[in-house]
Amino acid sequence: MSKVVEYSPTRKLQELAQMKDQVLDHNITVSMGPQHPSTHGVLRLELELDGETIVNAVPDIGYLHTGMEKLMEYKKYQQNIVITDRMDYLNPMGNNLGYVMCVEKLLGITDEIPERAQVIRVMLTELQRIASHMVWLGTHALDIGAMSMFFYCFREREKILNIYEAICGGRMTVSYFRVGGLPYDIPDFVPGMIREFCKEFPKAIDEYKALLAGNTIFQARTKGVGIITPEDAIQWGVTGPSLRGSGVDYDVRRYEPYCGYETYDFEVPVETGCDVWSRFSVRIRELSESLKIVRQALDRLKPGSVKVDSPKIALPEREMMKHQMDALIHHFLLAGLGFEVPPGEAYHAIEGSKGELGYYIVSDGSERPYRVHVRGPSFVNLQALPVMVKGAMIADTVAVIGSLDIVLGEIDR
Amino acid sequence: MIPTGAPTLEKQQFLDEVVEVLKKAFGQAIGEIKRANRETSVYVSREKIVEVARFLRDHERFKFNFLSDLTGFDRGIDSSPRFEVIYHLLSLPNRVRLRLKVQVDEDDCTVPSVTEVWKTANWHERETFDLFGIRFSGHPDLRKILTPEDLEGHPLRKDFPLRGY
Repeated sequence: MSKVVEYSPTRKLQELAQMKDQVLDHNITVSMGPQHPSTHGVLRLELELDGETIVNAVPDIGYLHTGMEKLMEYKKYQQNIVITDRMDYLNPMGNNLGYVMCVEKLLGITDEIPERAQVIRVMLTELQRIASHMVWLGTHALDIGAMSMFFYCFREREKILNIYEAICGGRMTVSYFRVGGLPYDIPDFVPGMIREFCKEFPKAIDEYKALLAGNTIFQARTKGVGIITPEDAIQWGVTGPSLRGSGVDYDVRRYEPYCGYETYDFEVPVETGCDVWSRFSVRIRELSESLKIVRQALDRLKPGSVKVDSPKIALPEREMMKHQMDALIHHFLLAGLGFEVPPGEAYHAIEGSKGELGYYIVSDGSERPYRVHVRGPSFVNLQALPVMVKGAMIADTVAVIGSLDIVLGEIDR
Repeated sequence: MIPTGAPTLEKQQFLDEVVEVLKKAFGQAIGEIKRANRETSVYVSREKIVEVARFLRDHERFKFNFLSDLTGFDRGIDSSPRFEVIYHLLSLPNRVRLRLKVQVDEDDCTVPSVTEVWKTANWHERETFDLFGIRFSGHPDLRKILTPEDLEGHPLRKDFPLRGY
């Protein structure tokens, strides 16, 4: 007969104490991802752990590398717009805008883009910022354990995607902007759809605040977690809401206004907590500011042309092609051969939904770019992750990754 | 028409001043200056890049405290020097951008790392090493970052075919 060992709490504690000494001898390394649901794609973190405390974290990226920068050297300028959609697939309008504005800078036609095109560009990129923040908010809350948020966020995002679908047929990969303006005007009923959305969305923001911001568990999980000082944030090149959550007031829309952002009335939310909660608050406040810009853009919509008046760059109107010989020739040449861009180089940055989205394009005078480089905000922001999670718990890593709002498609390119 | 973000005359004057001060402080190390598309590029000799970077970051008026981008550039197989490393600096207090360029030959493809000046250069330099094969001396962790470990060659070089080998 085997001897029955009676359970003794004291002995158990002694055993545990011994085990603890053994474990403390060395740190263990755990691989988090690439299939981990809260890493937002295929990110792998090598976590060096002391118990449950993170001693060091090393991000491992590149699982989605598709050589987009190389591919862009082989495509014509207008064809590359399609590739930019697929980088940050939650912010395709922003990616299109950054790329086409950089090419426009090289062509020297930045100031010639018609006002209507500029206003529509601003309106749609701000809607995109809201849509991108919706995915961030839903998944961030989901990672922390608040599942219902996800459904409420995707409900509103769906409305924006419906607007995009009505405009250009695409929901996520829109490819709507063109070098020289827009390919075609928005349908007449779209401003009404956007107005409807503007009317409903403030209610949704209040809902999010009530559901999540007032939640004690959510606050406990985010306040004081993932701290990065303003000095560190600048050193590590963090941009966007993640930087503004550390109290640095840097927004490209304010610093180097493009598309006429200097004429819009909006605030740049800044929080000084430096933690996950501050980054959360910044984005929540940005929702209302973006909505403010969308409303102003709606009021500014006046009839007019949506593409630059230059037949060598923008495709002619369909009607003109039926009556004018030159228009047909220009269409044939543009569609078949593309346009040539004068030799030179340009860097153009816009404020994407995740931070400074920069395009650096070098032209050798042909119809294809010689070199395209993308400064993806997620790529740079992710670099600061080890600084934020050092000394935190494993569960905090999930909250911190969520607060950085990364998209792996843009990181790996 | 809405005016787009054109740099003001002040910004251009500011950049001219930066170039003058750089020329005075570093003399021969500062090469050609290019101004195009309302942007200023300064060629810096490879040996002095870290000093120039630190000088610009710590200068009491210029304060180029933010490195927004760093990338490589292949000028073509027959060009000499073949590669360029391009630094996009941003001065947050002054709202001014400046581009630095370092040229490097294929035979001796090494550039001093600026990770000590801006920590953000870490991944940018790893990416440039991975895709162009430019080595950065003094980099704390110079490993491949994007391409698979068993991939040979550097994809963004002009002699690397689009479909791979």
